[in-house]
Amino acid sequence: MEGTLLTVRDLVTAFPLKRRGLFEKRRYLYAVNGVSFDLREGETLGLVGESGCGKTTTGRSILRLIEPFSGKVLFDGVDVATLGANGLKAFRRSAQMIFQDPFASLNPRMTVGEIIEEPLIVHNLYKRKGERKEVVASALRRVGLEPDYMYRFPHEFSGGQRQRIGIARVLTLNPKLIVADEPVSALDVSIQAQIINLMIKLQEELNISYLFISHDLAVVEHISTRVAIMYLGKIVEIARAEGIYNNAQHPYTKALLSAIPVPDPRSGIKAHVLRGDLPNPVDPPSGCAFRTRCPVAETVCSRQTPELKQVEPEHLVACHAL
Amino acid sequence: MNEGKSRNYARAANLIMRNPLTVFGLAIIVVLFLLALFAPYIAPYPEQGQGLSNLQERLRPPSLIHPLGTDNLGRDLLSRIIYGARVSLKAAIIVVLIVIGFGAPLGLIAGYFGGKTDELIMRFADMILAFPSLLLAIAIVASTGPSLLNALVAISVPWWPWYTRLVRGQVISLKEMQFVESARALGASKLRIMFRHILPNCLSPIIVQGTLDMGYIILCLASLGFLGLGTQPPTADWGVMVNDGRAFLLTQWWISTFPGAAIFVTVLAFNLVGDGLREALDPKIRWRFQRA
Repeated sequence: MEGTLLTVRDLVTAFPLKRRGLFEKRRYLYAVNGVSFDLREGETLGLVGESGCGKTTTGRSILRLIEPFSGKVLFDGVDVATLGANGLKAFRRSAQMIFQDPFASLNPRMTVGEIIEEPLIVHNLYKRKGERKEVVASALRRVGLEPDYMYRFPHEFSGGQRQRIGIARVLTLNPKLIVADEPVSALDVSIQAQIINLMIKLQEELNISYLFISHDLAVVEHISTRVAIMYLGKIVEIARAEGIYNNAQHPYTKALLSAIPVPDPRSGIKAHVLRGDLPNPVDPPSGCAFRTRCPVAETVCSRQTPELKQVEPEHLVACHAL
Repeated sequence: MNEGKSRNYARAANLIMRNPLTVFGLAIIVVLFLLALFAPYIAPYPEQGQGLSNLQERLRPPSLIHPLGTDNLGRDLLSRIIYGARVSLKAAIIVVLIVIGFGAPLGLIAGYFGGKTDELIMRFADMILAFPSLLLAIAIVASTGPSLLNALVAISVPWWPWYTRLVRGQVISLKEMQFVESARALGASKLRIMFRHILPNCLSPIIVQGTLDMGYIILCLASLGFLGLGTQPPTADWGVMVNDGRAFLLTQWWISTFPGAAIFVTVLAFNLVGDGLREALDPKIRWRFQRA
């Protein structure tokens, strides 16, 4: 296995809430509450959870698009939190992000060429316009689009094509890490597979590591080397993809897996259906956050927060029932 | 396909041209600009347009020699109005550029940085907006002395906060857009994000407001001229001309009426075009437009 590219330890990101009274203590919403994981070079970590569980905030905190509250993010051995303006800019050259909504993430007033060229201008990479144009053309070809598209505007393209444009834009910087925040959830199913296959191809060619954020286990299965399941700001289970899909241990993971639709009308509906909604993250349940919806919850679950324990090599689970 | 950009403009132009009222307004504005640009060649009596009096022909009613009559100093009114268009349009363009140039960046800063910066800029803007704008302008001219330049400054001072507000509102919604965050993730500087990503997306409402304001500024300038606080004689100015004819309104009605009509038509034209632009550029209204 290659070296570790990204190390995240006890990452906490909190948003201050509006004070309701003058004397009320300021309260915080802990969107990310002690997340730790490693990402190796050239691998993909799938980060899965319901909406509101903090997976997007995790990705954005790692890139310092939001300032984390506490915890450590080491990228290539460098602590990201301590970077000054210049260091941060250099970090952003090698750690990039692909966004969820391909309709909102491209500036409607810029041509596709200007959009893809922008990273080169920001990082002062190619001085001459002609050189930059060549880079743009090759980036477009790399993601399977015509170089001529650089003269058009984003609104002339379909969702899948726009997502390819977004990928081409970050590729110009040759990043080592790409945080992909639900890159396919806004696309049609048939297009989703195309984009994921493109991402896998690029990973093989350029040795990029992905942090692939998604709410859909079925999507993540195809691309991930390892998968982490998040619930209410915490990772509840993390393992190699086979470990999650064939040998899930945490009751939440089991429930998520059983919710993947099976394309067979005779298979029937499986039992593990979760009741209730995600608890209010402002006021999370004591102990194990999942206990309010857990089919196997016991009294210990309300008193003690479960830690991640190794159940087999490279397979960690946070549950008292094990 | 190389014509992406021009195709975009062509579509907007097409939408504008479909509205007959807008086309009408646009035609008037084009004529006004042509008159202003080529005044010396179009005006029948250019030297009178520039202020030379001709006392033998005082107060003549409209006729073939003087299509709109002459004023109390015997000057041909048509020539005066044509030269007046020069002053009005030039002044309105200058004021619009000043207010946008001053107000828009302030709105950009207030909206983008938020917090205390926002409070400081917006409360200052509110303070200026709290004064009736014409009254503030009159006060400024009265204290600096009447001249065209002072009038331009005086109109600009109470006017810029409208653009600050307009732009700030746009910026606040735009800065949450993913393409702005995407630029941040690239490592783009704040200046680049503000001027390359956010400002271009605020342009449509600025253009619409600027066009509408051209009319109001001309009206404001004429008001100052009417009060003797704007353009100084002998330079032709529609407001000054209306005032000149005030004493003769009952007997020689044309002296005040024709410059007044010129003001009216000009303001109307800019309003029609501004409304048409709004419909063409505002995506929410455009939708209705295309279905209709």
